[in-house]
Amino acid sequence: MIAVTFAALFGHWWRNPLQLFTLLAGLALATALWSGVQAINAEARASYDAAAATLGEGQFDRLVRSDGQPIAQDTYIALRRAGWLVSPVIEGRVADARLIGLDPLSAPGGLTPVGLRNIGGLQDFIVTSGRIFAAPDVALDGAVSDPAIAPGTAIADMGTVQKLLDRPNELDALIVGPQQPLGQTSLDQIAPQLSRQVAQGGSDIGQLTDSFHLNLTAFGLLSFAVGIFIVHGAIGLAFEQRRATVRTLRALGVPLRLLVCLIGGELLGLALIAGAIGVGLGYLIAVFLLPDVAATLRGLYGAEVTGTLQLRPIWWATGMAIAVGGTGVAASTALWKLSRMPLLTGAQPRALAVIAGRGVKVQAAVSAGLLCIAFVLALTANGVVTGFVLLGALLIGAALGLPIVLRAVLGFAANCSHGVVSSWFWADTRQQLPGLSLALMALLLAMAANVGVSTMVSSFRLTFVAFLDQRLASELYVTAQSPEQAASLVDFVTPRVDVVLPIMSAQVKIAGRATDVFGARNHATYRDNWTFLTAGKTPWKDVHANVAILINEQLARGADLTVGDVVNVGEQPLTIAGIYGDYGNPIGQAIIAESLFQKLFPDVRPLRFGLRLPRKEVDELVKDLQSEVGFPTSSVINQAGIKAHSLAIFDRTFTVTTALNVLTLSVAGFAILMSLLTLTAMRVPQLAPAWAMGLTRAQLGRLELIRTVMLAVLTGAIALPLGLALAWVLLVVVNVAAFGWRLPMYLFPWDYAQLGVLAILAAGLAALWPALRLARTPPADLLKVFSNER
Amino acid sequence: MLLSARDVHKTYDTADGPFAVLRGVDLSLEGGQSLALTGESGSGKSTLLHLIGGLDVPDQGQITIDGADIAAMDDAGRAGLRRGTVGVVFQQFNLIPSLTIAANIAFQARLAGQYDATWVDALTDRLGLTSQVAKYPEQLSGGQQQRVAIARTLAPRPRLVLADEPTGNLDEDTAASVMDVMLSLVAETGAGLLMVTHSSALAARLDNRLHLRAGRIA
Repeated sequence: MIAVTFAALFGHWWRNPLQLFTLLAGLALATALWSGVQAINAEARASYDAAAATLGEGQFDRLVRSDGQPIAQDTYIALRRAGWLVSPVIEGRVADARLIGLDPLSAPGGLTPVGLRNIGGLQDFIVTSGRIFAAPDVALDGAVSDPAIAPGTAIADMGTVQKLLDRPNELDALIVGPQQPLGQTSLDQIAPQLSRQVAQGGSDIGQLTDSFHLNLTAFGLLSFAVGIFIVHGAIGLAFEQRRATVRTLRALGVPLRLLVCLIGGELLGLALIAGAIGVGLGYLIAVFLLPDVAATLRGLYGAEVTGTLQLRPIWWATGMAIAVGGTGVAASTALWKLSRMPLLTGAQPRALAVIAGRGVKVQAAVSAGLLCIAFVLALTANGVVTGFVLLGALLIGAALGLPIVLRAVLGFAANCSHGVVSSWFWADTRQQLPGLSLALMALLLAMAANVGVSTMVSSFRLTFVAFLDQRLASELYVTAQSPEQAASLVDFVTPRVDVVLPIMSAQVKIAGRATDVFGARNHATYRDNWTFLTAGKTPWKDVHANVAILINEQLARGADLTVGDVVNVGEQPLTIAGIYGDYGNPIGQAIIAESLFQKLFPDVRPLRFGLRLPRKEVDELVKDLQSEVGFPTSSVINQAGIKAHSLAIFDRTFTVTTALNVLTLSVAGFAILMSLLTLTAMRVPQLAPAWAMGLTRAQLGRLELIRTVMLAVLTGAIALPLGLALAWVLLVVVNVAAFGWRLPMYLFPWDYAQLGVLAILAAGLAALWPALRLARTPPADLLKVFSNER
Repeated sequence: MLLSARDVHKTYDTADGPFAVLRGVDLSLEGGQSLALTGESGSGKSTLLHLIGGLDVPDQGQITIDGADIAAMDDAGRAGLRRGTVGVVFQQFNLIPSLTIAANIAFQARLAGQYDATWVDALTDRLGLTSQVAKYPEQLSGGQQQRVAIARTLAPRPRLVLADEPTGNLDEDTAASVMDVMLSLVAETGAGLLMVTHSSALAARLDNRLHLRAGRIA
């Protein structure tokens, strides 16, 4: 019984291969976009984990010399003898690899890579002279490949690295263990030249790059939602067309439970096939995009990502799970209706308009409810989770409301039309609406996602450019290797430039938060270029009177500080005179006057300098710095070069989002194409009377094309405000909740116009083939409509 | 007694309130006998046929087939009844569009586990469908589709055949030809036949006739 019933049910797909293709392709595309994005995220996160395990970056306090010079090995020995549980680190570059020297015996737990923690690995590491362990992407002669090591990194025993770098008895930092014995001799007494950098805790690289991944995840979700709309449409249509078969099967004695189970099993099988295809396609998308993602993260955030993709089982599992889950969501309504369908219900497929007519009130109510929830959350949401709930409610509410709005618009147009053909056109379009609703919802989501993300990205870029202008105001930046070299540099350039601006910083705790505090010279460069989110009347004047401090937005939001509040830097109380935007910085930052900085941190001597001079003199000064003072090219950076480099990195970041934009829009175009193709056969009985009464087949084809383009235009008109709302939520709610800073939102009408044209083009192209098919429908097929035997 | 219906009532909820379709119907049928059920539109003929076929359940009264009470069966029990004991020929044919004619004819017999290839071939031949077996339902005329539906119903050799206006969608000549072959095949299998029809001429060809009026036997 099971076999014959299954054959009868599955035969539907055999007889309707287009529907089967729509279902499989929709689900595969949805899974592909989702799993592709997840693969990129998973790969990047795996790289961060390896980096954190190798370096312990952000996990432990570190001791470094305030002047940036190497630490003598004797200092390390003195500290250990005094009871300090510290572990040495040395770092350098060999053949494009980051080489790190560690002492695994004294390193705090969890610092060495996982692969080295077993006995054999540790013995090898210490005992085997010169043994280097490297990430798989590092090509170093004799190095042992270990996937647990961060990409681009190699590690070895301290002594080995000191030899390789030709830096005997030198260390770069000492990692301070989390547990220290009581009654230690103070650091000032043993090594006064060392300062302690507190761990950044939650502000490590993984959290910063989460900004990027959050955007990608939001995109993946939206793309998946677009795909699920396609699947929902295909399943709904297949169920509708199989109503008669289901009734017949039941009348012939097939139990309802068996039917539900068989259809569920059939969908599960199809979901697994489509899921496998989707995960494969997702892998290709990820392979295509990952080099850009890796370059972006390396450039923008300094995070190392391999740039190559590994097939991780969890990634396959989640891809298949999302495909099956998505099918379950898309099919749940249809299966529920089937299980409740009375045996004697009408056997013929009901007109889609009738089905939609019954559900329209429920749909309108759900849509209104979700939009109300979104409105309330827009006023109150202040977390990432509530931000995403707001996004979900807004997008689903708008998508469900789309057919209702379109119905009203088409009704209005029908009332206003006078000609016979135009009246028929509007009425017929209204009748077609239920069949096209899901595809139009998919288009709405895709366009809104495009508008939203492009607004966010472009706003980010505009702000970023302004931020670069503010931060890179000097024409030239020079880094000295030592305080002595810095002094000779200042002597050399002072008579040749307008001003020398030292860049000096120290790490302190302000309001309990790790903060980099900078000392700023009293000069117009800061006064003229620095823009504030909020500030007192004379922020710079107050700063240089040594009574005020400027802080970044992250510190202000994190510690709930505002202008006028008083904070302590060391023992010095200072009033907050201004709060400035500091995009992409994970931790707090503050600016005080140079004179106060020197008083509070007398050991810190600046090695970096900004030089202000006429632009035309920049090249000559760079040449002289190299020839007369012996500065290497790498130590002198032209401001224009930094800006161009930063912008190039930034633009590459969004190559990924642009690619996803195009893919999402393509999926929506595919949804329209498949809906129209599926509806073509059902259209013949509706178009035959119009043909019989004098409209030519070519006219009918043209009207089909115009109808689709017109519906796409109307959908686009709704997608624009929805996309802007999406951008607002991302910028004002999600970004602030996740990262502590808010980006201003700008509008880009030209971009939206381009997107609109692209979407209409996609819809027009999707409608072209079905329209041509209708225009070429043989008269015999149209005549069959009037046959008694049909 | 193959079929027995006693004091059968059925009421439907309509927009204008409850509507009593059947108001205490009694009938009986022995194996090998045929009975025509006639009446005006809305008199309850099809409803009675659906209740006897286990497609619906009576509100009151008892229907037994071979002594088994349909109202006492659950959904699975009634499905089992429809698979093997009762065969229904619908006015709208109700063929499965995704299956070929051969598969449609064999379908119910396979479903009931009573597939007999020789008998199915004989049915196919007797109904003039041999040249059509590789086609799909949509490629056949109405008369041919009804022949397929009859073959499908008779393939598992049901004890009781129910026919709901089996020729209602066919022209006069085709209807007569379809009826000839159906009556002859039902007689061969020894099944009981209960046929709903508007046609007095058709009703006259069966052993007995009952007329329904306003939900009661007239």
